[in-house]
Amino acid sequence: MAARAEQLAALVPDGAFLALPPDYSMPSMAVVRELILQKRKNLRLLGVPVLGMCADLLIGAGCVAEVESSAVSLGEAGLAPRFTEAVEKGEIKMRDATCPAVHTALQASEKGVPFMPLRGVLGSDLVKQRTDWQVLQNPFSGGDDPILYIRAISPDIALFHARWADEAGNVWVGRRRELATVAHAAKRTLVTYEELKPGDMLEDELLAPGVISAAYITAVAPAKRGAWPLGIAGVYDIDDAHLAQYAKAARTREGFQRYLEEFVCTAAKSYSPASSPA
Amino acid sequence: MHSREELLACVVARLIGEAKHVAVGAASPIPATGALLLQQKNPSLKVSFLHRRKGNPFTEGSRELFDLAGQGRIDVFFLGGAQIDGEGSINLVRAEGKRFPGSFGSAFMYSVVKKTVLFREEHSKRVLVPKVEFVSARGTPGALLTGKALFSWQGSRFRLESTHEAGDIRGETGFDYDAPAKTPLTPVPTAEDLALLRSSVAQRIAPDYPDFARRVWGIN
Repeated sequence: MAARAEQLAALVPDGAFLALPPDYSMPSMAVVRELILQKRKNLRLLGVPVLGMCADLLIGAGCVAEVESSAVSLGEAGLAPRFTEAVEKGEIKMRDATCPAVHTALQASEKGVPFMPLRGVLGSDLVKQRTDWQVLQNPFSGGDDPILYIRAISPDIALFHARWADEAGNVWVGRRRELATVAHAAKRTLVTYEELKPGDMLEDELLAPGVISAAYITAVAPAKRGAWPLGIAGVYDIDDAHLAQYAKAARTREGFQRYLEEFVCTAAKSYSPASSPA
Repeated sequence: MHSREELLACVVARLIGEAKHVAVGAASPIPATGALLLQQKNPSLKVSFLHRRKGNPFTEGSRELFDLAGQGRIDVFFLGGAQIDGEGSINLVRAEGKRFPGSFGSAFMYSVVKKTVLFREEHSKRVLVPKVEFVSARGTPGALLTGKALFSWQGSRFRLESTHEAGDIRGETGFDYDAPAKTPLTPVPTAEDLALLRSSVAQRIAPDYPDFARRVWGIN
């Protein structure tokens, strides 16, 4: 049950296959910073379906061996500089995907089936690269109808941030219900949250549709502003100025190290306070 | 006077045309601006921004956008490319030893959306190549719009339709294409379009594309 962000990070072993959301869908930056402080190694990141600053930080800090994602970028702030350099220099392995294929692979896992078909994608060089995708005949068609089959993906761990957790162990992600799919598909799910709500949110008809049931949640931890410098819609906005500052600093390895020293090595504790109510 | 971004947004609005539902993906402020401009004149047009920070149209994130598109419920979508070739293929992965962010949903969207508009501001031989180094997505483009010109698709080749100002388009394009004997200039924004862009459209773009709104309209 209630732990601290650093205790959640301790549940992510070296080499874990770790699913993370895009920057607009509530990454747990509090735990990402703890993973860097704890010097986690050889992580395999899964972008659901793309990645941003959280992945760039982990890659720059040397925590990552492999990335599977449909893209890695900082959005309006530009390229993800540590990702870009690491791939160009061959320091990490990149498995390119396309967004709906990631969703489809996770939906197969949440249904407990080994694969699921997806339209489109044929003709892309991605199909040649991905040994876990196959082009097969639609078994229900009389004529020639090739279709892509995507093998199910089950991440070791899904990690994200939520607006609320409650006393029953449920978490509320609101309209970001794609996070439920990755929680359903992952073997373990770790969640930081802004605030604790008394009672059980599934008893509330208005809150229930945005809830992920405790049945899927392995552990939660309070982390005030735990998505910062990213945002939670309606609570706090993405810190665009900070993202631009990061994008500029991380262009060089030295700039990135200075960023880590200023915002990760010293500040992580203040964004995941042990004194928060839990 | 108008800015280049405003002219491009007006072309985007014309390319969307009679669509019922247009969706705009990652990092696409000009397509977003064009879609909102058209919506000002045609309020029944549905415009869905995947990256809207507040009031996002999707309650299951990008998964819902792709499911909608897969069913044929998205009429127009925009794709860019680090490279775009004369066969209409796009590359968002790597070129000339450089790594780019990745293919996003392009491999899927290009083949399932009714009309895909290829859009890239940079018009150069570096971007517009004879053959992409990596095919992120292949499909049938509805049009190709760059910072300098508009091309239509003629079944297997592009055709130059208009240029935004006089210039040597052939010399700056790496692939071969058809062209009329005399290429017209792209129509400039009307006074009505500019007024809409600078008022209601700018206000609606600013929350999701703050840097763009600051640069083009000075909104903070």
